[in-house]
Amino acid sequence: MSAVVENHDHHDDHHGPKKGIMRWLTTTNHKDIGTLYLWFSFAAFLLGGAFAMGIRAELFEPGLQLMDPIRYNQLVTMHGLIMIFGGVMPAFVGLANWLIPMQIGAPDMAMPRMNNLSFWLLPTAFTILLSTAFMEGGMPGFGWTFYAPLSTNYPNVAYFVFAIHIMGASSIMGSINVVVTIMNMRAPGMTLMKMPLFVWSWLITAYLLIAVMPVLAGAVTMLLMDAYFGTSFFDAAGGGDPVLFQHVFWFFGHPEVYIMILPAFGITSHIISTFSRKPLFGHASMVYAMVSIAVLSFVVWAHHMFTVGMPLVAELFFMWATMLIAIPTGVKVFNWCATIFKGSITYETPMLFAIAFVVLFTIGGFSGLMLAITPADFQYHDTYFVVAHFHYVLVPGAVFSIMAAVYYWLPKWTGNMYDEKMGRLHFWLSFIGVNITFFPQHFVGLAGMPRRYADYALQFAEWNAVSSVGAFLFGFSQLLFLYIVVKTVFAGKKATPQVWDGADGLEWTVDSPAPYHTFDVPPKING
Amino acid sequence: MAYMKNKLWALILYPVSLFTSADWLDVNMPVGVTDISKEVFDLHMAIFIVVVVIGIVVFGGLFWSMWKYRRSNHKTPAKFTENHTVEILWTIIPTLILIAMAVPASITLKKIYEHEAEEGGIDIQVVGWQWKWQYKYLDEQVGNAPLSFFSNLTTPPDQYEFNRVEKTENYLLEVDEPVVIPVDTPVRFLITSNDVIHSWYMSDFAVKQDAIPGFINVAKTKVNVPGIYRGNCTELCGERHAYMPIVVKAVTQEEYEAWLQEKRELAEQVAYLTEKDWTSEELLATGEEIYETRCAACHQANGAGIAGFYPALAGSGVVMNDKAQQIEILMEGIRGSQMQSFAEQLNEVEMASVITFTRLAWGNDKSGDGEIVIPKDIVEYKENNL
Repeated sequence: MSAVVENHDHHDDHHGPKKGIMRWLTTTNHKDIGTLYLWFSFAAFLLGGAFAMGIRAELFEPGLQLMDPIRYNQLVTMHGLIMIFGGVMPAFVGLANWLIPMQIGAPDMAMPRMNNLSFWLLPTAFTILLSTAFMEGGMPGFGWTFYAPLSTNYPNVAYFVFAIHIMGASSIMGSINVVVTIMNMRAPGMTLMKMPLFVWSWLITAYLLIAVMPVLAGAVTMLLMDAYFGTSFFDAAGGGDPVLFQHVFWFFGHPEVYIMILPAFGITSHIISTFSRKPLFGHASMVYAMVSIAVLSFVVWAHHMFTVGMPLVAELFFMWATMLIAIPTGVKVFNWCATIFKGSITYETPMLFAIAFVVLFTIGGFSGLMLAITPADFQYHDTYFVVAHFHYVLVPGAVFSIMAAVYYWLPKWTGNMYDEKMGRLHFWLSFIGVNITFFPQHFVGLAGMPRRYADYALQFAEWNAVSSVGAFLFGFSQLLFLYIVVKTVFAGKKATPQVWDGADGLEWTVDSPAPYHTFDVPPKING
Repeated sequence: MAYMKNKLWALILYPVSLFTSADWLDVNMPVGVTDISKEVFDLHMAIFIVVVVIGIVVFGGLFWSMWKYRRSNHKTPAKFTENHTVEILWTIIPTLILIAMAVPASITLKKIYEHEAEEGGIDIQVVGWQWKWQYKYLDEQVGNAPLSFFSNLTTPPDQYEFNRVEKTENYLLEVDEPVVIPVDTPVRFLITSNDVIHSWYMSDFAVKQDAIPGFINVAKTKVNVPGIYRGNCTELCGERHAYMPIVVKAVTQEEYEAWLQEKRELAEQVAYLTEKDWTSEELLATGEEIYETRCAACHQANGAGIAGFYPALAGSGVVMNDKAQQIEILMEGIRGSQMQSFAEQLNEVEMASVITFTRLAWGNDKSGDGEIVIPKDIVEYKENNL
């Protein structure tokens, strides 16, 4: 794809940003809102990470050393909620805000005021959720999956419910904005199949969000009714069904998992192609693979529930459906490998993170395939094997792709190059830390250590100590990331508009840093 | 010099020595002691080997390309973007591998379900409670009810909470009354819950089945090897989720019969003790012990409870002045709260002694009426309310 940018005399001084705090409170600019989302998610990442440090410190050796099990359960729950709803999802929304308009040649998002509201709902929701820390009874401690009836009798559950409702509203508004922008504001000549893969991945993600966020809202509403208004949706003593909760929750929960990985597929495709200096292998098949994964995500939810006592046919169906996902996922991995094959490759920080993503995400995929095998899952289910699995797809998966994206587009956002040496140091510390943390969790999981345990039998002590050391290494390395990003915002070698010699796409045709308003006049797409 | 050399070797070998201890090598699923568990283990190993081989091939190709086509070695990149032959191949080959994995997995799964449906063997109802397991032998009558008992953690708080004494071998994997089953006999576990969802996990049998209120889930097992097997609760069930282990003692048929006989005799003895006259000293001694194992987890050793979760018993109006209501709460539980019914968990003597203990401890006897409860009070309550 090549683009022709028409140069116009811009009058940025007339509609530049406001000064001071009001710029951020009232902004309708997609770049400002993207920045807000990214900083918000970074703050959440550090807070959720601090909770993870607390968890790993408690698990460093058997026995209760630092906290009682109530506190431990609260940390586990809040770590999950903060990382999912405050860390990974807002980071991808931030990237979407920054990149989608620039990649499709649009001046801004379709609904800029709603965009502002979508963002500011998030800090509101998290303030409500975190305020429970200062109440009698404290923060939620029923796990991020909030299974009824444990959650229905828990203190302060109403705050949790309202926080989830507000986050859901924020996500739905953000997703509608993404869909409308992509469908209506593409530059002339940019057909759907010519769209960059990050845009494609977000179009699919946005549809998933619109489909499942209302389901989550339904689940928390029923929970609220059970807890405070005497209904019995999930209370067996009143004729309700606790398993219904799990079906509803995972009907949201499984597509949610792909919401947190599809944008990562898009990002990785861009970066691998750029640093291999070779167009992406199988652009169209990448799109079909993502669509297949998204469709399949709606029919595999009960593989999270193999032990609730389902009939044989249901167990067989969900096993087979889950195994099918390996096919499109495999296609994506093979396409990335084929893009690298016969390229001319350099290994800057974004590329290092992207390749680590491919390898470690695939390891998470392998354990996912093992978990799909129902009879074996009777052993794996709810042990640390599952913890290892989903952290492999979420940390060196989703989180590494976000870091790769930040290094890749940071010069475009700030106009400055980041410090390459520091970036590589950050990569290697993270890569080593993440593997020392999560690989041993496969071992203790197979040996039978259940998840969400504040304390454990002596046979698991050694590998838990290793895991904790790795977690501290990974956790503290992220302060280096913060330092690198802040330093780049304020100083660094000036970036060219192209930034990376192998990069392709409309965002590389505008100046670095990108002007406050881009593509007031749409570019023409040739070819 | 030689000394230095030895020190150096010791330093180098130290990490190796760590890895030779048994726990470092405890990195795989247990083979287990039932036919099903062995089959599940084989299935697990087969899939594991398949994914490792795929991993070696794919990552091998990736790393080789990364090295071969680095920029310093390969200046001009190729331009191709598709190749239908390989794309079809890498769709079809994984599909075939998946089918090859799904077939044995489906066969094993079907076998597990057929095994569950078979007639015969003994039935044990397993009930999850916060935070203990109850076992009811449905075919074995003791007095006029099925043989039933609760299985509580016996690891003392000195080991896990205060870390004052060294942790012993079966730390957090030991209970007061293990569930006893005969070997070579099918045993059907009928699993349910009294409060929130728990999960009954015994790795050596390849059994993990959720205990859900309002549902009865079935897990069947036939143990081939006598021994003591230890497992855990695997569904987050609140604060003491990590403190409700499962211990199964698989014994020969003769030992099983002897154990049943012993249980019947014990029940007769309890009936005698209930009728006897008790002094407050005797009740206090038993009561304190029961309080520590059954009540202190929530209401705390000093009776102060945990604000927002568990009410204090020290200074509580009910505990100090309302004997009748206290008996009712212990017998019935409080619906919608975590206070469960102890009617089945404690016999009349235990119930009376623990109530007496709370009424006399922590200064409650000074500020309240100081009345004690004797086993006959509990018998009376049962007669009036059943």
